Amino acid sequence: MSGSAERRPGELTARELGRWAWRQITSMRTALMLLLLLALAAIPGSVIPQADVDSLAVTRWKDEHPTLTPIYEKLDLFSVYSSPWFSAVYLLLVLSLVGCIIPRLFVYYRALRAQPPAAPRHLTRMPVQASYTTDLPAAEVLERARRVLGRRHRLRASTGSTAESPGDDFVAAERGHLREAGNLVFHLSLLIVLAGVAMGSLWGYQGGVILVQGTTFSNSLTQYDDFKPGGLFRQSQLKNFRFSVDDFSVDWLKDGPRFGQARKFEAALTYRVGDGEPQTYDLKVNHPLEIDGTDVFLIGHGYAPVITIRDGSGQVVCTGPTVFLPRDASFLSYGVVKCNDARPGRIGLDGLFYPSFEMVDGNPVTVFGDDLNPTLSMLAYTGDLGLDDGSAQSVYVLDKSKATPITKEDGKPLRIDLQRGRTVELPDGLGSVTFERVDPWIRVQISQTPGKGLALAGVILALAGLCASLFIRPRRVWVRAVPADDDGEGTMNPTGGTRVEIAVLDRSGNGEMDEVLQAVVEQLQGHENVRQS
Amino acid sequence: MSNTAWETLSNQAVATAGIVYFLALVVYLAEWAALRQPAAERELVGAGAPAREGKPQGSDGSGTRGASPREGRVAFLGRLALLLTAIAGAAHLVGLVGRGMAADPNRVPWGNMYEFTLSGTFVVTLLYLVLYRKYALGWMGPLVVGFVVATLMVAVIWLYDAVAPLTEALNSPWLVIHVVSAVIATGAFTLGGIASIMYLVRSRAERRAEAAGRRLGGWLARVPRLDALDRLAYRVHAFAFPVWTFAVLITGPIWAHEAWSRYWNWDPKEVWAFITWVVYAGYLHARATAGWKGRKAAMLALVGVATLWFNFIGINYFSTTSQHSYAAERVVDVPAPGVPASRP
Repeated sequence: MSGSAERRPGELTARELGRWAWRQITSMRTALMLLLLLALAAIPGSVIPQADVDSLAVTRWKDEHPTLTPIYEKLDLFSVYSSPWFSAVYLLLVLSLVGCIIPRLFVYYRALRAQPPAAPRHLTRMPVQASYTTDLPAAEVLERARRVLGRRHRLRASTGSTAESPGDDFVAAERGHLREAGNLVFHLSLLIVLAGVAMGSLWGYQGGVILVQGTTFSNSLTQYDDFKPGGLFRQSQLKNFRFSVDDFSVDWLKDGPRFGQARKFEAALTYRVGDGEPQTYDLKVNHPLEIDGTDVFLIGHGYAPVITIRDGSGQVVCTGPTVFLPRDASFLSYGVVKCNDARPGRIGLDGLFYPSFEMVDGNPVTVFGDDLNPTLSMLAYTGDLGLDDGSAQSVYVLDKSKATPITKEDGKPLRIDLQRGRTVELPDGLGSVTFERVDPWIRVQISQTPGKGLALAGVILALAGLCASLFIRPRRVWVRAVPADDDGEGTMNPTGGTRVEIAVLDRSGNGEMDEVLQAVVEQLQGHENVRQS
Repeated sequence: MSNTAWETLSNQAVATAGIVYFLALVVYLAEWAALRQPAAERELVGAGAPAREGKPQGSDGSGTRGASPREGRVAFLGRLALLLTAIAGAAHLVGLVGRGMAADPNRVPWGNMYEFTLSGTFVVTLLYLVLYRKYALGWMGPLVVGFVVATLMVAVIWLYDAVAPLTEALNSPWLVIHVVSAVIATGAFTLGGIASIMYLVRSRAERRAEAAGRRLGGWLARVPRLDALDRLAYRVHAFAFPVWTFAVLITGPIWAHEAWSRYWNWDPKEVWAFITWVVYAGYLHARATAGWKGRKAAMLALVGVATLWFNFIGINYFSTTSQHSYAAERVVDVPAPGVPASRP
């Protein structure tokens, strides 16, 4: 108690307030409310696009909802699962869990060492009980009870009869301690899972890279197209390996309801760890390659037309596969070529790639995802391509703000439509563009997820604990045997054999104790001579 | 048999199953109607009906030995409805097997929403038939069959999809383990939900009957007593929850890691599976520690089953970004400049 003289009713000292808050937070009701709150808090992230999941959808959503966007941004609704308010809910839940479980650990420890409690004085007043009278002496009944119950219960140590005291007239048994153990394991395992997940997001990384068939990837930061490291990621974590994409094949469905769907993506890789022997692996969806703790996944594919540009002097100035990014499931793809070394004028191209080109009702379309009739359709630019000021540029965007469209004689922009193997001359002696062939590219994700094994072990442990806590039914059983008179009542003048009382106490709240009681009674009676009471 | 023949067989079997389920529902309703007594007879039968909790008359033949011809009729209708349910379940199974055989290569019959729904409803029927004797579930018949026939209609009308090969991401052994466990848990949660609904219905009816000073009559008198209903609901949920945990938090992440490179991606389907898990965890937690039984627990179970079925069917219509959309491979979008993103 604080020493201050005048305390208004309800006034708490800081310490009392703290204790009160701790009690509130660790109370079961709070835990329950937090659980339901967690469920509620998870909902927005499933309806509003999430930056972590699909950043493109987020951009599109923001464009469509200009008024809501600032409000949503303030509320972190585009990254719900890393937002402060979502974190607050689950951290409070963890706090509540810890505050609840730790005291229970001690209680459990004491309970493990404690004896099953002695029989209540009046077993017949228990809710689930039975009694009968037998000719066997009390000691023998108790001995039999010990044998019967001892098989699957812990027994209370009996105080054998001595000169001073006659000893216990009952057997006390208890079982099902593992239920609470399972419960504790379940809750503690949740902490293990959380630790595993946290490890993954702190020390893990995910990187993506597009690799054209025939190219080689060495695992260093500069080789990645995009790279998302965890907060504590260090560059030294990158393992020393490299792999090359020897071949990529796709199986296209040519009939049936899934016409045009791609299947059986398969990339033949050759990889080397450090200076080790080269090994091969067929990288497929659902079959990631694990190299030294780093996982390599096949997550996308597309086309890279090989475009060669000769400049005015007839020299090859730019050549090689150009990655075109698919726009939709038909693999209609978009890409750009920037040829800065061409003279007299630089040459830039941007436009579409049709894997299976066809004119349908006067519109150019691609009728299939496979490259059956690969065709390029691009616009050409010359002049300032924005490559001179040294600023970083995406290889997938052509800066046309200062460029001059190359036009035909009639003044219309020049559209370069090219079948595979064909060449188009550019006007004004600028040079020519040749579409040589098409190479496939694959997009791989390379990631380290430390702690994933820990998280998995945690969940499996949690499941085991959960099963124990749900299906183990703790109970207590007491059997008392006292000498009885002729009416079968307990007495000091035994004339009528022994009166046996049995009671069962369910400690889980869901067991069916009548059946248990009946089983115990039957086992106790065996084939002996019984006077039913 | 050719693939198209299998597909036709499957469609016909599903249609047959739908019709027979409907007949079973009609017979259940006839049984229900036969249980409603005119006021004069209420006294007579009311004394006999709830004698053993939840024991369906007829399942043990006591109904036919009963004095009243009405009881005999009720028992007959109950047996007939059970028989029809079993026949419909068999046709349902043929429909499922046909779907798997119609695909080239043959596969498990759960590769798209239509097939998931067929499998899910079949498991509801199967669990009902398996647990029928053990838990004396005769009273549950009209609800189970009504639910199954309604969901089958949704599947046939809105979710139907021609037989097609699996999409690449689904082509994995985990398809069997993950989906089987998820569907079993879904079926069991649904039965638990039905038990919880009946708890609420019966407790309300009991209160009303008490207020009016009469006995609980008709079909509701056959529904088990409140404590038995509560216990049944708990048991079914306690079975389903670990199975759900296994499906959603073990096999799901393992497979997601293999197929999509991240074991947990907050995909809308994952989010809702997580929400369902949390709600049912709350249900068990409330029962175990806060002493929530009966009404409050039943309400929580209903919230759980609502999130479950919303996730099963509904979320696909709210979110287009889900990788669990199954209908087709994820459409490849134009990636943001410099950040190419596409999925096979």
